Amino acid sequence: MKNTLRRGRVATACLTLLSVSVLSACGSGDDDKKTEAVEKVGKAEGQVSILAWPGYVEDGSNDPAVDWVSAFEKDTGCEVTSKVYGTSDEALNLAKSGEYDVIAASGDLSLRLIASDEAQAINTDLVPNYENVYDFLKDTEWNSADGKNYGVPHGYGANLLMFNKKNFAEAPTSWGAVFDKEQLAANKGKVTAYDSPIYIADAALYLMKTQPDLGIENPYALDEDQLDAAVALLKEQRQYVGEYWSDYLKEVQAFETGDSVVGTTWQVIKNSIENPDVDVTLPTEGATAWNDTWMLSSQAKNPNCAYKWMDYILSPEANAQATEYFGEAPNSPEACAQTTDPKHCETFHAGDEEYAKQLWFWRTPIEKCLDGRTDVQCTNYAQWTEAWTEIKG
Amino acid sequence: MSVTSRAPDARNDQAPAPALRGPVARPGSRLLHRMVWLRLSLLLSAPLAWMLLVYVVALVALLITSLWSVDSLSSEIDRSWTLENFRTLLENEVYRNVALRTVGVAVAVTVIDVAIALPIAFYMAKVASPRARRMLVVAVLTPLWASYLVKVFSWRVVLSEGGLAEWSGLGSPGYGLTAVVITQAYIWLPYVILPIFAALERVPDSLLEAAGDLGAPTGMVLRSIVMPLLVPGIVAGAIFSFSLTMGDYITVNIVGGANQMLGNLIFINAGAANNLPLAAAIAMIPIAVMVVLLTAIRRTGALENM
Repeated sequence: MKNTLRRGRVATACLTLLSVSVLSACGSGDDDKKTEAVEKVGKAEGQVSILAWPGYVEDGSNDPAVDWVSAFEKDTGCEVTSKVYGTSDEALNLAKSGEYDVIAASGDLSLRLIASDEAQAINTDLVPNYENVYDFLKDTEWNSADGKNYGVPHGYGANLLMFNKKNFAEAPTSWGAVFDKEQLAANKGKVTAYDSPIYIADAALYLMKTQPDLGIENPYALDEDQLDAAVALLKEQRQYVGEYWSDYLKEVQAFETGDSVVGTTWQVIKNSIENPDVDVTLPTEGATAWNDTWMLSSQAKNPNCAYKWMDYILSPEANAQATEYFGEAPNSPEACAQTTDPKHCETFHAGDEEYAKQLWFWRTPIEKCLDGRTDVQCTNYAQWTEAWTEIKG
Repeated sequence: MSVTSRAPDARNDQAPAPALRGPVARPGSRLLHRMVWLRLSLLLSAPLAWMLLVYVVALVALLITSLWSVDSLSSEIDRSWTLENFRTLLENEVYRNVALRTVGVAVAVTVIDVAIALPIAFYMAKVASPRARRMLVVAVLTPLWASYLVKVFSWRVVLSEGGLAEWSGLGSPGYGLTAVVITQAYIWLPYVILPIFAALERVPDSLLEAAGDLGAPTGMVLRSIVMPLLVPGIVAGAIFSFSLTMGDYITVNIVGGANQMLGNLIFINAGAANNLPLAAAIAMIPIAVMVVLLTAIRRTGALENM
């Protein structure tokens, strides 16, 4: 008996040792990461793998009329494989796998990619179409760090408010439709919200406009009290939420059937909904928004095709197609001239710097307050994540 | 007589080799024949290594990971030991609520499945003709061939506004925990019917007839003959549906409305928040629940007859 016990213990010890060594072997694969920019673009590798938001890399398989990938494949000989993601958090995990050469990252992802050495600096001289891009999109705090550029701008747009006209006597113009108790009560169980910690910023933006005494200056720079207020607002909203969405197809279906009638959305989702009663609006409070950057993975296996892709997607034709399909502002005046809807850039206020200031582009919340306050410590993304779990309950 | 006496000669003439060559040419088999432990260890090493790698090492790795932490900005794993994750689990009310909710859903699914499976399995094993029985087994098994996702999305459509449930006049509970229980009960039902059916099939008809001959009423036959023989089957089915529901996170994502279960917390922490250590710590909860449950079942002795 004693003997078996001892043997058991030895076996356990061996197992522990074995698993620790296996684990540490897995963890030490960081050697092949290249974060420095390249000097020149070499011969195309014949393929490129892209990680992007839905609607960014369309090869006609979703809608035969929507295809800007085939032209690229024909021109460069780089065959494109792509994967779409639903939240920036999901994308970070996917990017770490090292299987993607190019990543379309929003502002709440780009800095995390740079911080974890997943991004390679970009030599913008090798991207001829970069020249056309609006100057106010270049070298911003979400696509550059330490004076080095880590990505080329794609386009930007706002998280909109989507609603079913049948459930509203008059079209809502304020985020109050999803945050104000009285307005929520009318649609109990049919409210939807974006399923990611970054959605806390939407609540913070609403509080910034409706409760000035909280002193919120930037929805991504919240001290503990401000975060608590946003969390309280979201917990109240939770009573009325039917479901949260991160899979955009789920939201499309829910609005088609009427299971959801009001909530936050993207223009591209509205475009895929055939129900004529569903409409979108940009509320008067402004909105949280995204400003996306094409980044190069530090583990890229096909950097040459990746550079070719970045240049291609920045070209006026491709950029106009992609941003118009997604429903966001293109990145250059040349692209605006190429959109099929001549008013597209007007609708999305492309190039309007004043308007862009009303949009709160996604950022990663960090301890050092993004609004410049130095007397308090702000809450970081880990705290937001924890709060989000708590809100959903 | 002469034939038999000649035969050995002929054989000796033609093939003296095999008898001689055998032991010389195959020292390996001689060795294995003599050393039982070597034979056994060679035979078992492949499956044992598999068990060890896939189950034991994975569990140990999970435990070790749960003792690490994560740097919040770069999301790099910090490999120094800490009990922080377990403290979070204990101190934060939300994890307790979600764990209780998950166990509640699993219990509800199990109870519903057993209640539905018992009469179906009884009919299949004892009442139906052999032909009908074969058809019924096929019918129970067929849904397992369809993709899990297709089935869950079908339930999403059925339970949606203006969907089949509402249209049929039954009314839909809408997306939420009730929808999760309905969907999960549907999906795991075959796993509960089959073990109960197998257990019932092994109950000899002669026992039931003998009980009838001796004047036992139906209730007594069920209680003192069928049930004791059935318990292992029911326990096996219940373990299946309970553990499968405990670990599920897709169904609740699709038809569960705004609710979350343990699987979602694990998924969010592993996939979205990139906090593998916390995810590993949360994954310990269903494992702990299952260990407690299996120990309790073992105490009752139900596992011995399985």
